[in-house]
Amino acid sequence: MATKVIMPQLGESVVEGTVTHWFKKEGEPIAEFESLLEVNTDKVDSEIPSPAEGVLLKILAAEGETVKAGTIIAWIGKPGESLGEDAGGGSVHAVGETALAAEATVPPARSVTAGRDRDLGFISPVVAKLAAEYNLDLTRIQGSGQGGRITKKDVLAYLQGGAKDEPAQQPAIWETPGEGDLFRPTELMFPGGAPPSTPPAAPSQPQPAPPASGSRVVAHSAMRKRIAEHMLLSKRTAPHVTTIMEADLKRVVAHREASKPAFARDGVNLTYTAYFAASAVAALKAFPQVNSSWSDEGLILHGDIHLGIAVSLGEEGLIVPVIRHADGLSLLGLARAINDLAQRARAHRLQPDEVKGGTFSITNHGISGSLFATPIINQPQCGILGVGAVQKRAVVVEGDAIAVRPMVYLSLTFDHRILDGASADGFLAKIAHVLETWSG
Amino acid sequence: MAEMTLVEAIRQAMDEEMARDESVFIVGEDVGKRGGVFRATVGLFDKYGEERVIDSPLAELSIVGVGIGAALYGMRPICEIQFADFIYPAFNQIVSEAARMCYRSNGDFTVPMVIRAPYGGGIGGGLYHSQSVEAFFAHMPGLKVVIPSNPYDAKGLLKAAVRDPNPVIYLEPKKGYRLIRGEVPEGEEIVVPIGPARVSRSGSDLSLFAYGMMHHYALQAAEKAAAEGIEVEVVDLRTIYPVDRVTILDSLRKTGKALIVHEDNLTGGYGAEIAAIIAEGAFTDLDAPVRRLCGPDVPGVPFSHPMQDWFMPNPEKITQAIRELAAY
Repeated sequence: MATKVIMPQLGESVVEGTVTHWFKKEGEPIAEFESLLEVNTDKVDSEIPSPAEGVLLKILAAEGETVKAGTIIAWIGKPGESLGEDAGGGSVHAVGETALAAEATVPPARSVTAGRDRDLGFISPVVAKLAAEYNLDLTRIQGSGQGGRITKKDVLAYLQGGAKDEPAQQPAIWETPGEGDLFRPTELMFPGGAPPSTPPAAPSQPQPAPPASGSRVVAHSAMRKRIAEHMLLSKRTAPHVTTIMEADLKRVVAHREASKPAFARDGVNLTYTAYFAASAVAALKAFPQVNSSWSDEGLILHGDIHLGIAVSLGEEGLIVPVIRHADGLSLLGLARAINDLAQRARAHRLQPDEVKGGTFSITNHGISGSLFATPIINQPQCGILGVGAVQKRAVVVEGDAIAVRPMVYLSLTFDHRILDGASADGFLAKIAHVLETWSG
Repeated sequence: MAEMTLVEAIRQAMDEEMARDESVFIVGEDVGKRGGVFRATVGLFDKYGEERVIDSPLAELSIVGVGIGAALYGMRPICEIQFADFIYPAFNQIVSEAARMCYRSNGDFTVPMVIRAPYGGGIGGGLYHSQSVEAFFAHMPGLKVVIPSNPYDAKGLLKAAVRDPNPVIYLEPKKGYRLIRGEVPEGEEIVVPIGPARVSRSGSDLSLFAYGMMHHYALQAAEKAAAEGIEVEVVDLRTIYPVDRVTILDSLRKTGKALIVHEDNLTGGYGAEIAAIIAEGAFTDLDAPVRRLCGPDVPGVPFSHPMQDWFMPNPEKITQAIRELAAY
């Protein structure tokens, strides 16, 4: 009896996962608990061990597919073991999984791999890559290479010529001048049968231009796609407004210099970010309406303060691990949590739950030299604090004297559905005040 | 601008560097009174005297050994090995001493030395006067390996090599000494940095990687192929260690096909390194197997003319390889 491999629920609030890599091919033997596949959930990769010993009989979720937790994604059994007709995801599912599994049975678009193809001959790596990027059906491309092989040039020529005979290039019916017969059969109005309201699998974005010589297309990483989705979602969801203040960090700098050695003895690198986190926590306590999420039914005020800290992974992207119950942590506790999350984020060792459930976020863009920025809200939160570079500047202090002070710009981007300028300014002023009057 | 031959550009570079810096001197067999068997140093003995243009005994080990010692004392020796074929007696000095000096002294000592050596076949030189040696030295971190293909680069790269703080193996395509001519600006300081390759002809159908004499042939072959409608992009590597991966990979990504040409033997030749760089860095951009056109695996370029022709890549063979790869 073959064993099911089920997409696990990688954390309480994680409902789906994307298969990023199968470590085994169909037909390959595998030991129990040996790594079978890699799953990506919300930018975090997890390796999934095999639930049984045997041979990987069938893979149901190809690399790149996203399926709900609980879906059967593969079968493991004895070599040659028959799975029956419904092993492909028909009805042999645990109770409650049927609906989920049905989604997994939708056949994915035929993926093209480099190598010898029975129908198309040899597929070179670059042709396979282009076919995947532009979702091309290679059987429609005439090959001009050796033995009729499809060459890179053939694909590029197809991409360039293909656009010309797209029916979509015809002007829409309402764009054409009237001819007197306003009411015509829709079949005549929409040749090809598809009304424009449901374009056939039309991508929501304009098609990228085929690569001209000198340009090239770099495939998006899973993380880059998630970032793009989230940024678009956030900008569509919340009306963003940003307000900016500055704070004198004289006391913070002095406190940090004095405390660094003691913290280091506890194995903690005391960063400015810990101070910004601590002041944000204090301000969130004073202004609970900022620790919230919008819903149409009413404003959800969060009982706990879970603080997201943006961590740059260089060119790879960005991830926002969450310090849970940040309001229960001292400066030492915050600094330690920030060290730990940042290190593990860069080492790709975060657990899927650790990037979820934040109620407010901080991004320290000053690390890369930025003075102030207008960050995008991490949905479904109400706001995000942007911290600029700490710079010595000449400022006017009490008694109209000019002094050199370590200054920082603080920006608060907030959801204008929830907050108005005045309340947002009150919150940001509280952060600045905590920093300027820091007493440890 | 002045048109000059490859060997004239090399001589001019040495002349200018010797005039600029008193620590630069030349040592080698017949480099003094005779002016070198290829006339590369002609006139320099009269101009700079026997203490700066030194005729050495027939002993490559000591030419390089003297160079290393002088370099450690702050001099900038240019050692001439009369033919690259004769460099092996000095191999131990080059690899064990010169290449490792900076590393083993943790940067306290460097060997600012240039070893010039004419290499390559096609001149009826037979087993002792025709070989290519670049692969031996490109394997050795601590050395830089430079192979110019035209007078401009020959001058600029040699001047950069003299000024480099570490040992540079400067290989001269001797068949091209008088065959290859080109424009070199007069009255202008030309220094071509060691490292970057150069796209010497732009094309879209395939990339041809070559250096030295084979680059000269590659341009001729690309011209012929263009008449047949095949657009070849030619990349002159110029420096093979350190090699310019970025230019190699950029070109490959543009064309999807790679042809590598060198006259050194195929197996373990430098082309294998280029093929590996492409396989590692641009596998998914490949539209055809990487093709190498190289000297066959025989112990040396043969003396007999028909056999030498069989050994050497030439414009005709390169054009044929271009046709085959373009048709793939």
